Amino acid sequence: MTQTTHGLFRSAAFRLSLFYLAVFAAFAGALIAYMAWSTRVILANETRETIAAETRGLAEQYATDGIQRLVEAVAKRSQGPANALYLISSFSGESITGNIAYLPLETLKAEGYQRVPYRHTGDASDITREAEVRVFRLTGGFVLVVGRDIAERVAVERILWRAGVFAVLLTLMLAVAGGIFVRMRILKPIDAMSDTARAIMSGDLSNRVALSGSSDEFDRLGESLNAMLARIEALVRGMREVTDNVAHDLKTPLTRMKARAEDALRAIETGKGLDEDAQRQVLEDTIREADDLIAVFSALLAIARAEAGEGAGNDRIELGALVADAAELYEPAAEDAGVKLSASSTGEVFVAANKALLARAVSNLIENAITHGRRDGGGEVGIHTARNGRFGELTVADNGPGISPEDRKRVLDRFVRLEASRSRPGSGLGLSLANAVARLHNGELELNDNSPGLRVTMRLPLAEAGGRDGEGKGIGG
Amino acid sequence: MAVPASIPAGKTDMKILLVEDDTEAARYIVKGLNEAGHACDHAGNGESGLEMAGAGGYDVAIIDRMLPKLGGLDLVVSMRESGDTTPVLILSALGEVDDRVTGLRAGGDDYLAKPYAFSELLARVETLARRGNGAATADVRLTVGDLVLDRLSRKVTREGQQIMLQPREFRLLEYLMRHAGQVVTRTMLLEGVWDYHFDPQTNVIDVHISRLRGKIDKDFDAPLLHTVRGAGYVLREPE
Repeated sequence: MTQTTHGLFRSAAFRLSLFYLAVFAAFAGALIAYMAWSTRVILANETRETIAAETRGLAEQYATDGIQRLVEAVAKRSQGPANALYLISSFSGESITGNIAYLPLETLKAEGYQRVPYRHTGDASDITREAEVRVFRLTGGFVLVVGRDIAERVAVERILWRAGVFAVLLTLMLAVAGGIFVRMRILKPIDAMSDTARAIMSGDLSNRVALSGSSDEFDRLGESLNAMLARIEALVRGMREVTDNVAHDLKTPLTRMKARAEDALRAIETGKGLDEDAQRQVLEDTIREADDLIAVFSALLAIARAEAGEGAGNDRIELGALVADAAELYEPAAEDAGVKLSASSTGEVFVAANKALLARAVSNLIENAITHGRRDGGGEVGIHTARNGRFGELTVADNGPGISPEDRKRVLDRFVRLEASRSRPGSGLGLSLANAVARLHNGELELNDNSPGLRVTMRLPLAEAGGRDGEGKGIGG
Repeated sequence: MAVPASIPAGKTDMKILLVEDDTEAARYIVKGLNEAGHACDHAGNGESGLEMAGAGGYDVAIIDRMLPKLGGLDLVVSMRESGDTTPVLILSALGEVDDRVTGLRAGGDDYLAKPYAFSELLARVETLARRGNGAATADVRLTVGDLVLDRLSRKVTREGQQIMLQPREFRLLEYLMRHAGQVVTRTMLLEGVWDYHFDPQTNVIDVHISRLRGKIDKDFDAPLLHTVRGAGYVLREPE
């Protein structure tokens, strides 16, 4: 729970709502304070004006009719509403008439408006009220006091004060409620996302952001994140697979190399020695295996570069001619392996690609077909180029054992060599490289059943007329 | 006339400049070149390499692409700017086609990606030296012993008998005859005859060679086309 409270104050949204809360509370407080102050001023002015008018009237009466008439008028008015207060006292301070039973002595000595405690004539001796009074000195030493009880005014002021406090408190409560709502509604999904991220960082790649199903912004964000996570998981899984396969495909020849060297060394040490032919054999085998390793590395680098989007070329290449060249290069080797290799094309097809990379990819496809696409009695590999819509299409078909549908996608991954063919030569990277090159040039590689055998189709976007001529480049191929 | 084909590979006593910062690799190359009968001077960085190249007298320069002080490509550019036309073989760990192109554009004559076989290096160095010595590659007629290739009429004869060759076989033989007496590697053939700059995994070249051999050597007494174990092939006049 401490975690949550701690988290609450550390959340940016909560701090933001606290800030708004403070602003609103200050605003509400200021508004109420202004209203209270102005109400007070208005009420005070009203009281004073009433007092001033009465004082003026009574003073005039005194001036024209003398003290006797004034005392009568005041006595009469004193019978009126209880909040109107009057008092006439002698210069010595003795009460002559009025409805004020008690006033502080210093009040009479001062002059003008004062806010003072008093007691009404009808009150018990322990009651004290509050009044606004004006003390007016009459000629002849008399003192006239006119006032108004201000209990109502104080009550109004109190109500306003309470309203102010209440408004501030209400604002505070609303703000806290808003903060909690924000937290529930916004922070919770965000927290869920960070939890997911943390789980993934700690190694659980299968974790996903929970979706509320409301398809709001958070759900959409969550969906995108989940899609990204799925992609990352696939990549990491692929990476692991590659690592495993690298470990296998590189460690095996390295182990063989080491064993061979150790064996030869042991033969020398034990005095048995190796004749010159055996020595030569050991060294030649070692070099051959090193060459295989170099070929694997070179293919891996080429794939990595192609997958990173490097080396996409824009040479204008006639697929038929490129294929004819490659077929011509491989035909004798194929024949030696008992495979009949033939190339054909339907019309000229110009594609835009990096000529060197494409030649390498095509060579890989042909090598692959010759190596894996034959049966005991030999085989047939046919290469055909044609135009298909916006694409140039290159098909390499063999009549070997083929690849089962469920394996077809897998063999395009780096290093995947189907178990059946692991013993045969090759880095297991041929199809992966061809796939990477096709994708680099916005094309695709498709594996199909040639019944029997495998049919690999590489599609590349057609070159726009007037593109660069690949033949003129000189270096490439 | 063509360069006399009787000069066997490795006996031309060339003077070679090696600019390579990896002392282990340099030691290995110098030793190999010495064993092949060539003198070899070694510079450990680009600046001293440029100095030594300036002194002149080298038949071939082997220059690593990544060098301290002065990069390999800059070194080649400087050499060419000062009018030095010594054939240059660039060594590099960068083996992609684009890297080759930049290497050759800088003024290199050949480009070899690491890791390479020493036999490959030697074959290329010797080929470059010939080229530098003004080997006449524009001759219409190429002759090795009793084998004659006419580039104009595209006819090949041995002992006066015409040999029918496919167009690619013709180009293969032409390449071998132009480099008669020199070891030619499979990679050099792939580059020179097929314009392929990667190594196929299967022995495609061997099969082409054996077919060519079947046509030019099979029915004759003295073989001209020999396999050099661990290196490649050589076409030469019988001793």
